[in-house]
Amino acid sequence: MASHTHPGQVRSHNEDSLSCIPELGLAILADGMGGYNAGEVASGICVSLLGAELRQALTEVNLRGKGPLAPSATETLLRDHILRANSSVFRAAQSAPEYAGMGTTLVMGLFRDDRLTVAHIGDSRLYRLRGESLEQITRDHSLLQEQIDNGIITREQAKVSQNKNLVTRALGVSDLVEPEIRSYEIIGDDVYLFCSDGLNDMVGDEEIRFAMMTLRSNLQLAANHLVDMANDAGGRDNISVILVKVRREPPSRHGVATRLLSWFRN
Amino acid sequence: MPAKLILSLDGLVLKELALSKERTTIGRKPDNDIHIDNLAVSGHHAVIVTILNDSFVEDLHSTNGTLVNGRPIEKHFLQNGDVVEIGKYRIKYVNEQAGATSGIYEKTMILKQPAAARSQRPAAEAPSTEGAAAAASVAPVPAPAVAAPPEPLPKVAAPTDEGPTGTVQVLTGPAAGRELALTKALTTLGKPGVQVAVITRRPQGYFITHVEGSSFPVVNGKILDAQPHFLMDHDVVELAGVKMEFFLKR
Repeated sequence: MASHTHPGQVRSHNEDSLSCIPELGLAILADGMGGYNAGEVASGICVSLLGAELRQALTEVNLRGKGPLAPSATETLLRDHILRANSSVFRAAQSAPEYAGMGTTLVMGLFRDDRLTVAHIGDSRLYRLRGESLEQITRDHSLLQEQIDNGIITREQAKVSQNKNLVTRALGVSDLVEPEIRSYEIIGDDVYLFCSDGLNDMVGDEEIRFAMMTLRSNLQLAANHLVDMANDAGGRDNISVILVKVRREPPSRHGVATRLLSWFRN
Repeated sequence: MPAKLILSLDGLVLKELALSKERTTIGRKPDNDIHIDNLAVSGHHAVIVTILNDSFVEDLHSTNGTLVNGRPIEKHFLQNGDVVEIGKYRIKYVNEQAGATSGIYEKTMILKQPAAARSQRPAAEAPSTEGAAAAASVAPVPAPAVAAPPEPLPKVAAPTDEGPTGTVQVLTGPAAGRELALTKALTTLGKPGVQVAVITRRPQGYFITHVEGSSFPVVNGKILDAQPHFLMDHDVVELAGVKMEFFLKR
């Protein structure tokens, strides 16, 4: 696991927040918005709360030692904690006028056993490099994505649209939030990229794929290089990336601790 | 500031109209937003649909058609400066937002819509990347192994054609004399599993960085650390026991 975050070339402060907890197989990335400094407050609350609460919840699950969690149980666990984080950010937004209207996107992944459970809200993304092909795993909750889905505009037109950065879901802007949660099978050597739109707005998928493929043996270098590419292209927004590589050998089915610890390299 | 339309005939501006409505209609009948009383124009000739900061023009099956920048269209995604032609009339689309690097729309904003209206959809299938399948990052060839990266797709923007192109010439070993032009954003050098370094091409120039292996690359006799190292013309790089020279071709 490796990560890097940078305010970019235009913004004075970084409203992105991220957290990597390799021993739990947990990666969390949030891109805050609203107000002067409120964006980083929203993303900060969201990431630190989710990190701390999931650490506790997962440690309890591991101590009970009843083997792997069912996929549905993992999804429920994530959903519950996301809803709680949403309430906390929403309450904070109402408590102080300077925080009013703040919110954040969220993309997070929990790697356990041979599965990855992904939750996302808004336009922060998860990509997967498997072999030589890069796939976007999450679908943005954004106006542009909806227009593409409805055939109103094409992908090509979306690249020149003036309606970028309009998300249709965000955490902390109302008392309700609907995270999209899905589970995927992971295989050895997969490399996962969690990123804020500061990366994918500035750098094309093919450039991302090429950099991840070329530098997959050194994740920290790959993370730094992705951020450099976004900055070299103009760096108009904060840029955050988390890279996670899955170990080649499938984990042995003995001992919860070994199973958890053996997943991560770097 | 909303986008606007400028209607003109033979170079004379007749009317300016801000695109404040979702649908702005153009035609010969008086119920149109842009009413053009000319027989070459159909009753309901075309419509401009505006969604926040984006607009489309759509021909409404008119008799004589609608042109954008001289080409007939059925539906067209308007870009700042596009000229829509209907008969002898020209309608210029002006969207000053376009190309602005600052401004409120650069910031991510939340579009409030009732949550109930949104249902979950299956995860997105990635845009096809399989077409570019080619070599792995580090090709298993004798030292100095050089990756053969896939042809960059048109979207690859980082390596610009400005400035001199860096080239590496092998000085020692079986491949001595071989030259490699550093035209890609990333070029890996070395033996996979033993020692690999990458040369990145950036607007400021070329940088070499250690990727894997227990020993680090040596430049002009000095061992590098984990940080990227800026390459100067005629620097000598030592990697996996092979010496090579970096130079800039103008």
